[in-house]
Amino acid sequence: MNPTLKFKDAWGYSPAPETFAVDIQAQYGLFIGGEFREGVEGKLIPSLNPATEEKLFDFTEAGSADVDGAVKAARKALPGWRRLSGMERGKYLFRIARRLQERAREFAVLETMDGGKPIKEARDIDIPEAAKHFFYYAGWADKLDFAFPGRTAKEVGVCGQIIPWNFPLLMAAWKIAPALACGNTVVLKPAETTPLTALRLAQVFQEVDLPPGVVNIVTGAGATGQALATHPGIDKLAFTGSSAVGKWLAEALAGSGKRHTLELGGKSPHIIFEDADLDQAVEGIIQGIYFNQGQVCCAGSRLFVQESVLAEVSKKLQLRLETLRIGDPLDKNTDVGAINSKQQLNTIQGYIKTGKAEGRQYHQGGTGKLPKKGFWCKPGWFEGVQASDTIAREEIFGPVLAVMSFRTAEEALKRANNTPYGLAAGIWSDKGARIFEMARRLKAGVIWCNTYNRFDASSPFGGYKESGFGREGGLQGLRAYLEEIS
Amino acid sequence: MKTRPVDRVATDARAASFQTRSLKKEAKLAGLRTVISMIDLTTLEGQDSEEKVRSICQKAIQPDVHLADIPSVAAVCVYPRLVGVAKSALKGSSVKVASVVTAFPSGQASLQTRLVDVQEAVDAGADEVDMVIQRGTWLAGRRQEVADEITAVRNACGAAHLKVILETGELGSYDAVRAASDLAIQAGADFIKTSTGKVASAASLGVTLVMLESIRDHFLKTGKKVGMKPAGGISSAKLALHYLVMVKETLGDDWLDANLFRFGASSLLNDVLLQIKKQQSGAYTAHYDVSEA
Repeated sequence: MNPTLKFKDAWGYSPAPETFAVDIQAQYGLFIGGEFREGVEGKLIPSLNPATEEKLFDFTEAGSADVDGAVKAARKALPGWRRLSGMERGKYLFRIARRLQERAREFAVLETMDGGKPIKEARDIDIPEAAKHFFYYAGWADKLDFAFPGRTAKEVGVCGQIIPWNFPLLMAAWKIAPALACGNTVVLKPAETTPLTALRLAQVFQEVDLPPGVVNIVTGAGATGQALATHPGIDKLAFTGSSAVGKWLAEALAGSGKRHTLELGGKSPHIIFEDADLDQAVEGIIQGIYFNQGQVCCAGSRLFVQESVLAEVSKKLQLRLETLRIGDPLDKNTDVGAINSKQQLNTIQGYIKTGKAEGRQYHQGGTGKLPKKGFWCKPGWFEGVQASDTIAREEIFGPVLAVMSFRTAEEALKRANNTPYGLAAGIWSDKGARIFEMARRLKAGVIWCNTYNRFDASSPFGGYKESGFGREGGLQGLRAYLEEIS
Repeated sequence: MKTRPVDRVATDARAASFQTRSLKKEAKLAGLRTVISMIDLTTLEGQDSEEKVRSICQKAIQPDVHLADIPSVAAVCVYPRLVGVAKSALKGSSVKVASVVTAFPSGQASLQTRLVDVQEAVDAGADEVDMVIQRGTWLAGRRQEVADEITAVRNACGAAHLKVILETGELGSYDAVRAASDLAIQAGADFIKTSTGKVASAASLGVTLVMLESIRDHFLKTGKKVGMKPAGGISSAKLALHYLVMVKETLGDDWLDANLFRFGASSLLNDVLLQIKKQQSGAYTAHYDVSEA
């Protein structure tokens, strides 16, 4: 006998689309020196809605002349901005934060349309967390003398910042808020598939009268990022993205005298012990790997389950997976939205193929009819994964979980740490002593105990090894944007 | 029996997540109708009269004369002394008679007295009996004694369905709620129920989720389906719909049925009726447009 639960549609939810009307321009320029301007070369790139494959708007590809103009604008704005008192800088940041809150619904819809994430996540996490970052660092702006006692701190200068497509507005906030609080000026490059909320944020800067040139936004793809990273006029580079690009940047910047912080990929482990609250552990696993379709640098993509509860956890995982609602990202009941781009979908599907080819069984879940167009991948997990499998070692950046088992805590630790990455880890146990022991010995920048994917502006975030270096958020997040003078 | 730990913070977060589901139009109407069909319309006051019970029974059979397509509620829940009145008032209808027993609400009587209480209710024709566990015995750590008493009541019930009230507000923790749920199910409960409605802390989404998870684990292990009844404090249609969402996404389709899920409530029915009228007419009607039973 193998009793199982039925999750069909005995009581279906009617469509519940978010109806807030947004205004998207047909075309966007570059935000340089406080105003939008066309690119010198005039090249445009289309941005698609990944849930429909329809073009939303065209944006400008910044060439090296444009990047140069942006860096010069930031340089020009630097003396005035750094001379402002901390309190005055803080007031601008508070204004930005409040404006984000006022326009939260608009930003959530834009984020969902441009990137494919469920409106529920954009509304409840991305936008409020972005506002929180501005609030948090606004508070630091006039207290920098107290951040590192016994030292005097001053700004670094002009900061180049390159951000990814998985949390477009939130990553912009993580980068811009501490930089401005510390008296730096910024040139930000959003990702080429998700520039919309950064461009809308530029309008917010205009709305709150941020002095021209303090933040400049150059849109484009890899070449634009390269032009920014290697521009001699920047004093610091902050990058969030893939480990491959991160390594290239580290090489390119070596010897240049530019400071840099890198927040890169991960293959973060979850460890479930037999004494855990298994129902809530499964909930955490689901949050950990299917949040934002698994396109999260700290996604809990490797799951180690103690052997005695492996069967039970697997069953619960599959049942829970069947209740995840996949489909229209603008529907308020959608749990799993669209994959960000065709290219990323291909990467994910390639890994699923590899996992199957390496002999592992794949289980899928998700309820709801997939739209005909758009980039979709049902959430799933691999059973019986071995440590040497490709899917256990490489970052997939999609809704795919690798499930493995262990017998002893030592074995779990050894296998969890056996990765080139070290961004995050999750421990699930009812036993306090075990949690502290594991947390002490896991090599990861962020360790969650009996929870996962919890973020807060006051809490530092960053990795070990190939997951990068430097911390963002909290007091530690200031360090990257300050020179400490003794 | 191994007790399962329950993480209160994570459980409450999960329970709250069901409240973010957005229910519109047909889904809302269908949900509201289902809620009505799951209500145990309850009156458990010292001042209950035969006339009040007859009035409630009429409302149970036909909740609103102006609304077509509205189901009867699942049951009427009264004290044993009034079971006979309810039984005859509900004759010929689908509505069951439930009776609270075992020295409800405190359970502070000898087992012998409590079993007599059960016998009276069953003899008077109760289809379902809602017993309370002896929280004193439970809190003193004599869990086997609690289990034995549930089994004794189970045997005294005969064909009547047994709902076991844990009075979760007096158990002190989610771990205890989970352990008591497992124990009541093992001892033969057809339903497990949160509360008497007579202590301040009654049903909540969190407590109900803990109990649903106990039911789920028992089902996955044995294939036996146990029902769930949150009671006390659920008076708004919106909250009831969120309970329904939680049941749907935790136990699946089979539990979206009055045979396996009930609401113990007195004022919920009228709020649901007002919401249905609002869905149909597009405007809220006055509270006096629904009858007070």
